[in-house]
Amino acid sequence: MIPDLRAKHTWRSRKSTLMTALMIAAVVVLAIPLIAVLYSVISRGAGSALSGFPDFFTKEIPAISRREGPGMGPAILGTLLVTGAATLIAVPLGVLGAVYLHEYGASSRFARTVRFMAMVMTGVPSIVMGLFVYVMWTMRFGYSAFGGALGLACLMLPVVIGSTEQMLRLVPTQLREAAYALGASKSRTIITVVLPAALPGIVSGALLAVARAAGETAPLLFAVGAAKAFNAHLFTEANTALSLQIFNSDLAFPAAEGRAWGAALTLVALTFLMTITARVFTSRLALKR
Amino acid sequence: MASEDPMAVVQEARARSNSPRIVVERRSAPSAEDTPVLFEIEDAAVYYGTFRAVRDVSMKIHEKQITAFIGPSGCGKTTMLRALNRMHDTTPGARVTGKIQYHGADLYGHDVSAVEVRRRIGMVFQKPNPFPKSIYDNIAFGPRVNGVRDRAKLDEIVEKSLRAAALWDEVKDRLRASALGMSGGQQQRLCIARTIAVEPEVVLMDEPCSALDPIATARIEELMRQLKSQFTIVIVTHNMQQAARVSDRTAFFTAELDSKSDQRTGILVEYDATAKMFSNPADERTENYITGRFG
Repeated sequence: MIPDLRAKHTWRSRKSTLMTALMIAAVVVLAIPLIAVLYSVISRGAGSALSGFPDFFTKEIPAISRREGPGMGPAILGTLLVTGAATLIAVPLGVLGAVYLHEYGASSRFARTVRFMAMVMTGVPSIVMGLFVYVMWTMRFGYSAFGGALGLACLMLPVVIGSTEQMLRLVPTQLREAAYALGASKSRTIITVVLPAALPGIVSGALLAVARAAGETAPLLFAVGAAKAFNAHLFTEANTALSLQIFNSDLAFPAAEGRAWGAALTLVALTFLMTITARVFTSRLALKR
Repeated sequence: MASEDPMAVVQEARARSNSPRIVVERRSAPSAEDTPVLFEIEDAAVYYGTFRAVRDVSMKIHEKQITAFIGPSGCGKTTMLRALNRMHDTTPGARVTGKIQYHGADLYGHDVSAVEVRRRIGMVFQKPNPFPKSIYDNIAFGPRVNGVRDRAKLDEIVEKSLRAAALWDEVKDRLRASALGMSGGQQQRLCIARTIAVEPEVVLMDEPCSALDPIATARIEELMRQLKSQFTIVIVTHNMQQAARVSDRTAFFTAELDSKSDQRTGILVEYDATAKMFSNPADERTENYITGRFG
């Protein structure tokens, strides 16, 4: 006798259909705010950002808010300056710290304490970092892009430490042992085998931290100032950033509101670019292995 | 790479070792007595934390010979092998007790550097573990660690090592390609080439053929026979035929249940010339193991 292999519409298959439908619904609900944010930023920001291209990206910010006309150049430069400096501080420190924690400290009391502090640091509100930098730096040296960079670096540091340590943990023991068996010292093994093997992960972790930090407002609030002219100096004079310009814009005036939306779009595009770069870089490196 | 007939490779390997299938008669026992002692192990034990993995090992390993460690899983063969080049130093909680002498000097003396030890006592692992670098850089890694910077010298070492590992003809046109694109057998021969590139005195091999097919295995065994003239080889293997085929001396380990701590600890049961071990072992446990009655 041939057994009946056709699907039976039992309660089990119905439950399966129901659950699948629920999951699809969850994805749709998740996607709504994402798409809505993107839609509103693009629809309201594209006009002012792209009219008279590339003026918006190169001209200074009008000194009087109500004046029509483009200009977010100084804020773009400021964001790049602040984020770049923060990266130069946080990534080397974070990577070296993680190498210590994973390769040398391991489960020593000191390493465990530092790891715990780094974990706590990820939870510190960014405005607290802003106040910290204000007290430690700005009150002594005045407004500067560097002050903002310090605040961002404080935010990025625990993220970089965490992701780097995770990546170091993923490097197989067999690779380390291969190096040891050839007479390589521990430091040599770390520099020539472990770090290169973990590099794609470290880079993408760092770039994601940078992308996250680029849009931060609170740590810059008390440290950077709100200049409207270009300032390429890292350590001196008030600077500005896209996030600060959005925060400070005088929404009573349509012209200022338009520029704020343009700045928002620019910021979203910048972080998007960085995230994409991180992904491409990671997959490129991964392919070469 | 597979241009040759696979069976021909196996036959050739067998022919060159001029051995019948039953290998016991192949080697004469006296050769095992000839060469000087390199390692002298006395009452060695290895602990992982409080767990004693292997105990009471006393044996002498001779220069320019192949010594095989055989025995069932969990009997401490690999653990003992790793004690010979201080690989346990890198494992937190592991420690070696007893005495292991190398050239008559204590391998674990406090002024002895594990890094210096491993430059002279290399290791090939169970799973091929090439670095995610090019073939060339894999071989050049060891010499670079040892301070060779000269390009021409490195080229020469790379070619010599690859030739010694019978890999040169297969890879000479793609030295810059990633080592991870090679087959398992090629990777393992690369790891052997990488090990001999630093010109060690001893090559420790931890089940080097367990991940390989019979053809690749035959090649590596053939390679070991050739390398024996220059290096002292200690090999851990699960494969008794392999021990019988390639080794001069064989050590049989087994695990014993300790009634007090309820832990299984490895012990050395018998150590003798391979021919004797496989024809007329002194211990009943050895006989049971090699005839397949347990393990």
